[in-house]
Amino acid sequence: MYSQGLIGADGRTKEDAAFLAAFQARIDAEEKIEPKDAMPEGYRRTLIRQIGQHAHSEIVGMLPEGNWITRAPSLRRKAALLAKVQDEGGHGLYLYSAAETLGVSREEMTEELLSGKAKYSSIFNYPTLSWADIGIVGWLVDGAAIMNQIPLCRCSYGPYARAMIRVCKEESFHQRQGYEIVMTLARGTEAQKAMAQDALNRWWWPSIMMFGPHDSESAHSEQSMAWKIKRFSNDALRQKFIDATVPQAEFLGLTVPDPDMVWDEGLNDGKGGYRHGPIDWDEFWRVVKGGGVMNRDRIKARKKAWDEGAWVREAARAHAAKRAARKMAAE
Amino acid sequence: MSEVFVTALLELADDHLVLGHRLSEWCGHAPMLEEDLALPNMALDLIGAARGLYAYAGSIEGNGRGEDDLAYLRGEREYLNCLLVERENGDFAQTMLRQLYFAGFMEPYWQAAMASRDETLRGIAAKAVKEVAYHIRHAAEWVVRLGDGTEESARHMAEAVEELHRFTDELFLSSPAAAAAEAAGLLPARAEMRGAWEATLRAVFAEARLDWPDAVWPQKGGREGAHGEGLGHLLAEMQSLHRAHPGAVW
Ligand SMILES: [Fe+2]
Ligand SMILES: [Fe+2]
Repeated sequence: MYSQGLIGADGRTKEDAAFLAAFQARIDAEEKIEPKDAMPEGYRRTLIRQIGQHAHSEIVGMLPEGNWITRAPSLRRKAALLAKVQDEGGHGLYLYSAAETLGVSREEMTEELLSGKAKYSSIFNYPTLSWADIGIVGWLVDGAAIMNQIPLCRCSYGPYARAMIRVCKEESFHQRQGYEIVMTLARGTEAQKAMAQDALNRWWWPSIMMFGPHDSESAHSEQSMAWKIKRFSNDALRQKFIDATVPQAEFLGLTVPDPDMVWDEGLNDGKGGYRHGPIDWDEFWRVVKGGGVMNRDRIKARKKAWDEGAWVREAARAHAAKRAARKMAAE
Repeated sequence: MSEVFVTALLELADDHLVLGHRLSEWCGHAPMLEEDLALPNMALDLIGAARGLYAYAGSIEGNGRGEDDLAYLRGEREYLNCLLVERENGDFAQTMLRQLYFAGFMEPYWQAAMASRDETLRGIAAKAVKEVAYHIRHAAEWVVRLGDGTEESARHMAEAVEELHRFTDELFLSSPAAAAAEAAGLLPARAEMRGAWEATLRAVFAEARLDWPDAVWPQKGGREGAHGEGLGHLLAEMQSLHRAHPGAVW
C-alpha cells in the first residue's frame, strides 16, 4: 500500500546553491541517487518520511485483511489470503531496508509508528466487515496503490525505485486476485451479490481519497516533483484510477456509489473520463487525524505485538551475544 | 481397506489444517517482522498438505465430498486431529515448541511414507518432507535461542515444555484405522518414529539447556474426536462463514 499524497518535500536545507544545482542536474539527467551519494538534507528527510510511511502502511495493512484469514470460506481462499498478507509483510521489509540505506533504523521507525509520530495510509483505519471486503480491498485498495506506485519505480532514489519494482509486481497480482473474489461473489447467490455491493459502497470513497487532497490544496508537492520523488499529481492519479475502475465495476454489474458520476468528454485532454462527485474531505481529515473507527485499534494491535514480542527479541540478542562470546573463547 | 484409509488420511489432514490454522492466527501479530513472514510460510505448507490429503481422502471415499466439505462441514466430535496441534498458541515459546514437537515427528514419518504402497501418498510425502525439514530448523533455532537466551525467555521455554510435553505421546499412537492402513503398507507405523523424534528433540533440548521432562500423564483422545475445549472455538470461527451460506461457491 501507499501513503496518500500527503507528503510534501521538506525543502529546508543548508547546502549552498552550487551543490543544489549540481544535485538537480543529476536528477534532471534521470541519474539514480544511491545511498553513498551526496544529497541535500531535505531530500534525505523527505525520502525517510515517505518510505517509512509507506513501510508502516504495508505493516498496518496486514491487520484489516488478517482479520479474515481465520474465517476464509474455502481452503483455497484461506491459503491465497494468507499468502497475500504475507506479501504485504514482505513489502514492509523491503521498504524498511530501503529506508535504512538513508541512515535510520527499523527500530526507530517502528517506535515512531507506535508513538503516533509517523503516519500510515489512512485507508487501513476502516474495518473489514465481510468477506467481500477482502475482494474489494484487493481490487480497489491494492489497485489504487498500484496507480501510486508505478511511477515510484522510476523514483530518483535507487533503493526505493528498485524496491518498488518488486512490490508493484505483487500488488498487481493482489489486485487481480481481489477482482476475481468480487467477480465470484457478483456471480454468486443473492446474498453474495449484496455482500459485494455493500463492500463497494463502504470502500469506494475511502479508496479514491487514498490519492490525497486535490492538487490545489496539496502543500509542497512541487519540490517532490522537482526531485522526481513524485511524478504525477494527486488528481491525475485519482482520475486514472477512476477511469480504470468504473468500467470494471460495470462489468460486474455493481454500482459505484457516486450518483453524480458522469462521463465527461472534456476530461483527460479531450479523451474523456469519468467526472466524480464531491469528495467529503471532512471525513478524510477526520480519519487522517485519528478519528476513524479503527485508528486506535490498529496502533493498539501493533503495540501489543511489539510489546509482547520484546522478551523474544531480547532473548535473540542475548543468545547471539552468548554464541559470539563462546566462539571467541574457543578460538 | 479404503474406509480405514480414508479415516487415517483424515487424521493426518486434520493435524495439518488445525496446526496451520493456529499458526495463521499469528499473522500480523508476531514478535518481529521476520516472524510475520515465517509463520504464514509454515502455515501455508501445512494447509497445502491438508488440502492434498482431504482431496485424496474425498476421492477414495467416493461420495463427492471435496476438501472444503471435509474441512468446513465436520464438527469437533468428527475432527480427528491429535491434541497437540489444537493447543492454543500461548506465547511465542509455546508456538515454537509445539511446532518442533510436531515437525520432529512428521519429518521421519514423511520420510517413511515415501516408501508407501500408495502412489498419491508418496507424492504428498515427497513434497511435505522438504517443507518439514525447514519447520524443524526454524522451530529448533527458536527453542535454542529462547532456552539459552535471557532468564525470562528460559522461564517461558520451561513453561512451554511443562504445558505441551504431555501431548507428545499421542503422536506415536495409531488409531485402529491407522493401524490397519499401516499393516497394509499404506502408511508408516507411528510407533516406529519414536527413536528419530526423541533424538531430534533431545539434541535441541541439550543445546537449549532445557531439562527433558519426567514422565507426565500423557493426554490423548483426539483420534476418537475427544478434544480439549479450544478446538470447538477454532472450528466455530473457521467454519462460520462457509456454513452461513450453504452451497455457495467462493
Ligand atoms: Fe503491499
Ligand atoms: Fe498488496
